[in-house]
Amino acid sequence: MRNTKLTKFLFVISAITVLIAADHIDAPAVSGGTSDITDFYAFQGEDTNNIVFVANIKGLLSPSETMNATFDENTMIEFNIDTNGDSIEDLVIQATPRDGEMYFFGPYAPSSTGLNSTIDTSVTLSKVAITKYGQEPIIGMENNMKCFAGPRDDPFFMDFARYGEIIAGNASGFNNPGSDTFAGTNVLSIVVEVPKSMIGGTGTINTWVESKVRS
Amino acid sequence: MKLKNIKLFAFASLAFTIISCSDDNDSTMVPITPNFSGTYVQQDQMGRPAINTVFVNSDKKDEFNTTIPSEQGAAFQAMFETNLKALSPAYANMGDKNALGLDTAAFSGVLATDVLSVSLDGTTTFYDGTNVLTGRALADDVITVELLLIFGGEDFTENPSLSDDHVDANDKNFLSSFPYLASPW
Repeated sequence: MRNTKLTKFLFVISAITVLIAADHIDAPAVSGGTSDITDFYAFQGEDTNNIVFVANIKGLLSPSETMNATFDENTMIEFNIDTNGDSIEDLVIQATPRDGEMYFFGPYAPSSTGLNSTIDTSVTLSKVAITKYGQEPIIGMENNMKCFAGPRDDPFFMDFARYGEIIAGNASGFNNPGSDTFAGTNVLSIVVEVPKSMIGGTGTINTWVESKVRS
Repeated sequence: MKLKNIKLFAFASLAFTIISCSDDNDSTMVPITPNFSGTYVQQDQMGRPAINTVFVNSDKKDEFNTTIPSEQGAAFQAMFETNLKALSPAYANMGDKNALGLDTAAFSGVLATDVLSVSLDGTTTFYDGTNVLTGRALADDVITVELLLIFGGEDFTENPSLSDDHVDANDKNFLSSFPYLASPW
């Protein structure tokens, strides 16, 4: 990289953003709160007939903070599933807590798509007691689905601190070995495992997770 | 029996009677269900890891989180292309591509629509050397994959000091069974 390019690189980078992580504290409106999604995973389950969805919120919790971290009854976590490639949700799984339990609605076709959602309480309902810090994980099993809600180790790993130094122009590259900035920190997790037959059966789906707050 | 205990006993009997009464009226009882009514308004969203944080300008991050995925490409592809070229200047060269064979316009177009594609027919991984973007498993080193696609050039050999953070695995082992994530610290 020539010097002029390097200067331009650093200038533009500093103007772009400071990278926080996978999605941890990604934007001012949600920063670190109960609607701040830190990560999203979707993968084939131990039973290969199933897909597992994971949404994590409230990143960078220390063990003592984890003890007091709670899900918010006004926040709904919505897994969106597009089965026909147009990036519009055909199915949703909605999760929101009430009185120590996490309720899961769906998967079902929502009456409307987009930024505003309602919960149709007549659809398939699964629920599980929210696992407390220090407890063995409580696993809900209903409707051929498995569900979990509670604190877990943050599965994300990255030398974020070094990345920050590179972006700030204080370092020219990563260290080897690097240092995991997220080591020793926890998140609040919502995990739901569903049969593939309930979300399209075969082919490829597009999926994403949203946090929505009751207005 | 002390007076206090007698009172307690009397109260307990009364309470039992009341419960018994209501038990007799099962048909008229309405189960207590939590209230899920209301409109839930979007605040945050995420498909692939680190997209908003890396490619979206600070003043647009909330907007990116509240633009539905089907409209993100039209609204944000140009910004992604600008920022991709700024991050990795090689992308500005005519015909320059990453290891997926995508040039800056194509790659930024893919990135801007922030959804995660997931295969229902087999291996699910962000990238495992063979399969590309068929899901995201817990152990996938997604940051290194993204750094490689941004900095690594056509064959992952360019800018080696920027294309791997050398943190290759989580700090705890994942579980082979549900809920898969490791217990908290």
